[in-house]
Amino acid sequence: MRVFWALWKREVASAFQTPMAWIVLFFLLLVTGFIFYGGVSVLNHGPTEVTVVESFFNTIFFWFAFLLLFPLLTMRLFAEEYRSGTVEPLMTAPVRDSQVVLAKFFGVLFLYAVLWLPTGLYFLIFWWQTRLHAAGAVGAYLGAYFLLLLMGSFYLALGCLCSSLTRHQITAAMMTFCMVTLFFFTGLISYLTGQIGGLMRGVAITFSPIDQMTEFSRGLYDTRPIVWYLVMTGLCLFLTLQSFQSRRWRR
Amino acid sequence: MIFVKGLTKSYGSTNAVRNLSFSVERGEIVGFLGPNGAGKSTTMRILCGYLPADAGEVRIAGFDVFSQSIKARSRIGYLPENVPLYPEMRVVEYLSYRASLKGVPSRRVPEKVDDALELCGLGHVRRQLIGTLSKGYRQRVGLADALVNEPDILILDEPTIGLDPNQIREVRSLIKGLAARHTILLSSHILSEVEMTCSRLMILNKGRIVATGTPAELRERSGISLAGSIRLEISTQHGSGHQKMLAQFPGIASVTPLGTTGEWASFELLPEVGDPRAALFEEIVRRGWKLRELSARESTLEEVFTAIVGSSSPISRKENAS
Repeated sequence: MRVFWALWKREVASAFQTPMAWIVLFFLLLVTGFIFYGGVSVLNHGPTEVTVVESFFNTIFFWFAFLLLFPLLTMRLFAEEYRSGTVEPLMTAPVRDSQVVLAKFFGVLFLYAVLWLPTGLYFLIFWWQTRLHAAGAVGAYLGAYFLLLLMGSFYLALGCLCSSLTRHQITAAMMTFCMVTLFFFTGLISYLTGQIGGLMRGVAITFSPIDQMTEFSRGLYDTRPIVWYLVMTGLCLFLTLQSFQSRRWRR
Repeated sequence: MIFVKGLTKSYGSTNAVRNLSFSVERGEIVGFLGPNGAGKSTTMRILCGYLPADAGEVRIAGFDVFSQSIKARSRIGYLPENVPLYPEMRVVEYLSYRASLKGVPSRRVPEKVDDALELCGLGHVRRQLIGTLSKGYRQRVGLADALVNEPDILILDEPTIGLDPNQIREVRSLIKGLAARHTILLSSHILSEVEMTCSRLMILNKGRIVATGTPAELRERSGISLAGSIRLEISTQHGSGHQKMLAQFPGIASVTPLGTTGEWASFELLPEVGDPRAALFEEIVRRGWKLRELSARESTLEEVFTAIVGSSSPISRKENAS
């Protein structure tokens, strides 16, 4: 466990010692700031059917910024260690492969969570200025952030996997972006199968992040996405471990 | 401390290491010597558990590096070739991180890090970012990392490569100083270096050990006469006939004229056995010749190396034939 914490600490520290974390944080706050402003200014034109929280987490701009996060956060994780050769001192220390994979994953998950933390300020400011809740209930805030964390862990694990496959950060970033968008847009199948309806449509909607967010940001929790994301995170981390171990047999 | 038997490793169709067997006892400093691509780094990486071997057995302090990898790795301090480091970390941060990875108890980390910093002469750059360090200092950080948990065994891959002569001397004396507490296996392709630091040498070529022994033993085994050669300068004022006399002198195997500068003719003599210098001097004095130099030169490890590696390499054999 000590080894895990030493590795985890280095991961988190190195993210903040390099400009990457700060750049990502800056642009994320810029984009979400505009989205929040947009969500509030809608209220100026009269009553709406959706709360500020619902609209905040469901604009196209939000999802766009969201999808770009993953390649940026995960691309260096393994690829950089391979390229600079630091994987050699790392793996000749008495450290297990699984400890490295888990430390890198939880390190980047922590970083991801920290990135979202300041967005909570928007809703605090909203409450402070208007004495109104931005959402219908506390569960809506929790639901939205909880879903962000769940989706994040799956997509970050996917990013870990892509980064562990190559020594080039750019390749890792492109693979991650493709994979994440692929999973993200599974929900669009529901439009294709619109005429058919039935089971396919139901499945597609269940696994569509946009539809999930619509529900969670109202405070409606569905256990199916929760299980799906946890299982997929585990699967991706397992594959990452296999890929990381395979470096020994590659040349 | 290190036990290797039948070690074999190939990359695709290239055999990097072929059926290598050796052992290193506690307290020895053993040098791995060989041309580039001889399999030195591959062997060291296998010993450190970084690469798996295709066949063979490797034991580090009694632990198998394949099945008891973590235990074996915790006994080793490894300095990889080119010393990859994290440029964004500070020296002291990096060493503390490495110490915790290697299982040094938390409250002992600062003390151990300080010891390693001092031993490697890094005290005044402890707060510096690794990315801003010069090559020599990076090498020292790598060495400090290898030492930080005071492992039984040090495996150093080309510890002095890329350093300037001053730094080489410093690192060399550092390594010698470590010998008291550690068993050391180091690699190099610079002969004078291993000759000065190591108690035993292993010469590797094309993935095989072609010779092993102390520097003196290697000289003997290489077939090059132990006494080396004798250099002689005689004045030509008293006529010629020097070469003839020298060639016929008992105990001299061959005479090579090295040319003349002014009145002085110089020769290189290879003795058959023993040291014929005293007898040679008396003979020259008896003849009344003028003598300017009579010196013996011990054969260098360079010549030993060329003799051993050269004879086992088909390329140089072809060159000799042509």
